Amino acid sequence: MVQCSQYVLLRWHNTNLNKHVLTLCVCALRRQRALKPGQSPYRALLETLELTNTKLTLQLINDNNKVRLLLELYRLQGNMTRVKINELKPLKPRFEVPDVLINDPPTEPLSLLSRDENGVVLSLGADSQRLIVSAKPFRLDIMEGREVLLSLNSRGLLAFEHLRILEDGMWEETFKSHTDSKPNGPSSISLDFSLPGVENVYGIPEHADSLKLKATDGGDPYRLFNLDVFQYEVFNPMALYGAIPVMLSHSAQRTMGIFWLNAAETWVDISSNTAGKVRPTHTQSTPQTDVRWISESGIIDVFIMLGPTPTDVFSQYASLTGTQAFPPLSALAYHQCRWNYNDQEDVAAVDQGFDDHDIPYDFIWLDIEHTDGKRYFTWDPHKFPQPKDMLQGLLDKRRKMVTIVDPHIKVDSSYKIHNEIRSKGFYVKSKDGGDYEGWCWPGNSGYPDFTNPEMRAWWASMFAYDQYEGSMENMYTWNDMNEPSVFNGPEVTMHKDALHGNWENRDLHNLYGLYVQRATAEGLIERSGGVERPFVLARAFFAGSQRYGAVWTGDNAAEWEHLKISIPMCLSLSLVGVSFCGADVGGFFKSPSTELLVRWYQTGAYQPFFRAHAHLDTPRREPWLFGPENTALIREAVRQRYALLPYWYQLFYHAHHSGQPVMRPLWVEYPQDTATFSMDDQFLLGEDLLVHPVTEEGARGVTAYLPGKGEVWFDVHTFQKHNGAQNLYIPVTISSIPVFQRGGSIIPRKARVRRSSSCMEHDPYTLFVALSPKRFAQGELYIDDGHTFNFDKQKQFIHRRFSFANNALSSSQLEFEFDASMSVLTLRKPGVNAGLDWTVVLQ
Amino acid sequence: MSCALLLLLTSLALAMGTGTAVEIQRPRGVPQSKRQFYEENKPFTCLDGSSTIPFDRVNDDYCDCRDGSDEPGTAACPNGSFHCTNAGFRPAFIPSSRINDGICDCCDTTDEYNSGATCQNTCREMGRKERESLQIMAEITKEGFLLKQQLIHEAKRAQEDKQGKLTELQGSKKGLEGKVEALRTVKETAEDPEKEAKERHLKSWEEQKELIRMEKDKTRMAEAFLELDDDSDGYVSVAELQSHLELDPDSDGSLTETETQVRCLLFLPLKSREDVPPTVQTPEKREDDELSMPPYDTETQSLIDGAYIHLQSLICGPEFIWICRNLEKEIGFDFGPSAEFAYLYSQCYELSTSEYIYRLCPFNRVSQKPKFGGSETNLGLWGQWAGPEENLYSVMKYDHGQGCWQGPNRSTTVKLTCGKETVVTSTSEPSRCEYLMEFTTPAVCQEPASLDEVLHGHTEL
Repeated sequence: MVQCSQYVLLRWHNTNLNKHVLTLCVCALRRQRALKPGQSPYRALLETLELTNTKLTLQLINDNNKVRLLLELYRLQGNMTRVKINELKPLKPRFEVPDVLINDPPTEPLSLLSRDENGVVLSLGADSQRLIVSAKPFRLDIMEGREVLLSLNSRGLLAFEHLRILEDGMWEETFKSHTDSKPNGPSSISLDFSLPGVENVYGIPEHADSLKLKATDGGDPYRLFNLDVFQYEVFNPMALYGAIPVMLSHSAQRTMGIFWLNAAETWVDISSNTAGKVRPTHTQSTPQTDVRWISESGIIDVFIMLGPTPTDVFSQYASLTGTQAFPPLSALAYHQCRWNYNDQEDVAAVDQGFDDHDIPYDFIWLDIEHTDGKRYFTWDPHKFPQPKDMLQGLLDKRRKMVTIVDPHIKVDSSYKIHNEIRSKGFYVKSKDGGDYEGWCWPGNSGYPDFTNPEMRAWWASMFAYDQYEGSMENMYTWNDMNEPSVFNGPEVTMHKDALHGNWENRDLHNLYGLYVQRATAEGLIERSGGVERPFVLARAFFAGSQRYGAVWTGDNAAEWEHLKISIPMCLSLSLVGVSFCGADVGGFFKSPSTELLVRWYQTGAYQPFFRAHAHLDTPRREPWLFGPENTALIREAVRQRYALLPYWYQLFYHAHHSGQPVMRPLWVEYPQDTATFSMDDQFLLGEDLLVHPVTEEGARGVTAYLPGKGEVWFDVHTFQKHNGAQNLYIPVTISSIPVFQRGGSIIPRKARVRRSSSCMEHDPYTLFVALSPKRFAQGELYIDDGHTFNFDKQKQFIHRRFSFANNALSSSQLEFEFDASMSVLTLRKPGVNAGLDWTVVLQ
Repeated sequence: MSCALLLLLTSLALAMGTGTAVEIQRPRGVPQSKRQFYEENKPFTCLDGSSTIPFDRVNDDYCDCRDGSDEPGTAACPNGSFHCTNAGFRPAFIPSSRINDGICDCCDTTDEYNSGATCQNTCREMGRKERESLQIMAEITKEGFLLKQQLIHEAKRAQEDKQGKLTELQGSKKGLEGKVEALRTVKETAEDPEKEAKERHLKSWEEQKELIRMEKDKTRMAEAFLELDDDSDGYVSVAELQSHLELDPDSDGSLTETETQVRCLLFLPLKSREDVPPTVQTPEKREDDELSMPPYDTETQSLIDGAYIHLQSLICGPEFIWICRNLEKEIGFDFGPSAEFAYLYSQCYELSTSEYIYRLCPFNRVSQKPKFGGSETNLGLWGQWAGPEENLYSVMKYDHGQGCWQGPNRSTTVKLTCGKETVVTSTSEPSRCEYLMEFTTPAVCQEPASLDEVLHGHTEL
């Protein structure tokens, strides 16, 4: 029995009523972090080098224990390099993450430039990029010209705990009352990366922390381990619900990315030679950031995305893991949720409340209480006796519903879903081979093994209209608790030695949530015969989850700090492929002040996933419950969202089509403007709208940074023009939502806001043309049916590019009004068809 | 022109969907009362006076007036409204955004003239239904109002009754105090012989008295028990005791456990099950009936008598005060402008749902008890009338109920509507630990308008 002689303090909170700070024995992390930079024991055996058309292979040896590793190097199309390291002859196979890459990434040939006893130099293609393999100690450097872009194992922290023959109970670890049998013994891996010239790294969600990642020297590393965290704290590297092991590095010269494809518990240490220091003006040393990745099991499989621009990195990552699912248009509108809307009458009353107060909404949500005793796919027979009547009532108003379907299944022999999963052997197994059981909402629960494709196919089939009784085409799905949450498990999740087929939860823990959302999304597609686009919200996620729907930042709190952190949390996700992100508007736990609620609506209206949600124990907070003034403020925020839906939809089309994020940090569009690098209180939507929401209590003004020397920005509410490259103080009132449109852009809106987005389907568009100082503008408009795959399968869409140049934009019988004081020109009823070519000339 | 920097290109028509031109009727969506402002072929001035436009721009599906008045019949203006005549039912305004949105809002279908939605004209049917329900409502109101008059009458009588009783009690208290005073003087003069006689007999008397007392207490406790054992489960819980607010000696609206125990010792049945105000006996008389000392001899008898009455009047003092207080309290309740709600006092009404039995005891408390076992939860104690200013007696508020985990103390809002019967019609928990109860009673029925007035006031033909 191995006892940890030293414990690593990691803070987490269990689902009990109180917060606990616990001492967690994380042997792997302790062992790995005990390694100090220095001479690496690993040496490349150059005589084993083999170079084929697609890859280079080479053995590495650990001179301390003589264990050999196999290194595989690939040059991937699109300026990426893949580095894979596994044991040459493991006792048994080590886990390699499946189902995340959308294909076997296409390679490009590597060519050998030179070779001697110290190493080899390979060409990485056209861009004068070279890969240098040093033999002793083993090290990789990627160069462009004379510049080192990135080095691997330069600090000698490559470590690979090889699988060993095990004596009984030898590796067992205990944590509180939980025991991890660790039948395969220690199996952790680690590798370090050095990024010369880099001061800013981003990504690796999910953490409630600043956009720019902090150095972790002397503190806890950023932890990636999907957990159901009770009342999480902000500005903390603790693990949350989802994990995407992708980091972006950025400097004024270059943007790159590191994708560490490993689904086990992972930690990331960051250190920087400039962190926390004021940079001397005349410094000899260049800034450098060093990053170290550690995972508890699996192999090293890392994709180095070489940029060089942010757009390139987004495309590169999208080529590996796919792009954002293109949501139905209505999913981009406003969602009204609460734990719980109590019964059909309640749903009808809330629906009517929106109409009575003339506030649009598209989706109303039902949390766990709608089910018959937390048996998902069922309805409480007393509270929801006629779900189809209810759904039809919503459909009649062209509105929709989401019901929750969580992945824990009540162990109950009178429950069809449980019986089928049990009889088909689809449950996750415990280490002893029986069905793994844990406590969750329904009490004792089983956890379907979503890693099993047959299980997923069966699960998907449960969403068929004849299987999920009471469901209709306007009903969509929410997968909560898919970390998975196990109330009585270690850290409120599954035991690491639980078995998914032959693999331990340890190996694939962070992947479970992705599979749940995937199986559900596939179910929604199948029930419509492949016609309709699904909408599924999930709390846990992994790299690639963007392909299956939306995520949200979990159980936040009604506090100003949580409102603020929603911006960097969603920006961090946007950078690594997940554009469809939002935070619970109003805050989940606790009750917001009216001011906070209004500010949250104003902020949420400009974030991708816009849903109000509230805990069961909080007082009701539908938008009209805070007096007519606040109702009007919330109505206005929601209406701004609806008016802008054409632009949102177009941005999501791009996210789907090319992997470009919807919500962007400023540095993505202004990569050389160092002032933007750590900015996370404002953001861009696409490249043309800048949003600086008011997130301070009692704010009288905000200072927004308008980037771009020589550019201009227009206040979207007043059309007032401001110059770029300045900090602009904006006095604000409770109704202010500072939003600016970039001069040089054309943004489509729909000025007729109706009670749901579907009601606005056939309404005309209004183009907002903001001219650049050179009197030029361009923009676009994407239109399709809003909900099917016909845009893809049958290319049924309109995608127009608009440009304004040389005063050209007019047709013959055009009328216009010009307000000289505002510099606003309105073209009255141009009467042009959005789908056809046209030119309008101003004379 | 040269400094135009921001350009708004509006109304870019969408080619997809129904591409048919908007059929325009002038002036669509204008109520009769505003028709005069929309004179065909004359320039139209926005109703806020902000600008004047050619008449062909009225209802041309483009918003020209800031107040939306140029587009009464289209969805072009964000702040416009559309008038449906709804012949056969009642006219209405809807927001412009509901014109041609594919959803039938006006029962005469006029809001969906170009959306492809197939709406049925339901005005006559709705009018008929409304008239029917108004008729039913009017009948209920009428009967309810009659009942209410009766309630007011009864309440008045009962009030007078109680006031009389109180006065009487206060009077007899005064008399008693006088008597006690007189007896004390007598007693003091006869102190020595009395003391002697008393000592002789006291020991055996005490023993006997104790026996009798125990016997009497038993009977009283049994009565009290029946009175208090609300759920007839053979046990009296503290909760049950606490539910009897008439036992509340310090009138703070709740019974503490100590007070509950005090009542057990001093118990006096206050009211019968039929809620007839109790016949309160003067302590003197009662004690004569109940705890007369066994005859000893005439000499000591008379001596002891004096001391005994004195003693008993002291014992009964608190009880006496308590009865008075209780009456004062009941008289002091706000039972509505004409005490029409007085009949609800000390009554309870139940509603059984799938999971719980809800119990409303007006002016006392609201509670909830699981149907299938489990203890009762206090959903709030009588707080105050909480209706809007013009209709204060339409809502009752009960608060300071049992606390919720991480939440407030439970509270219940009771909405009162006119009905012939006194019934709890529904309960819900719109927010965690905040309950809503609907309750019908004749006491809120308003004097009915004549039926004709009701029916014709709402219909435009």
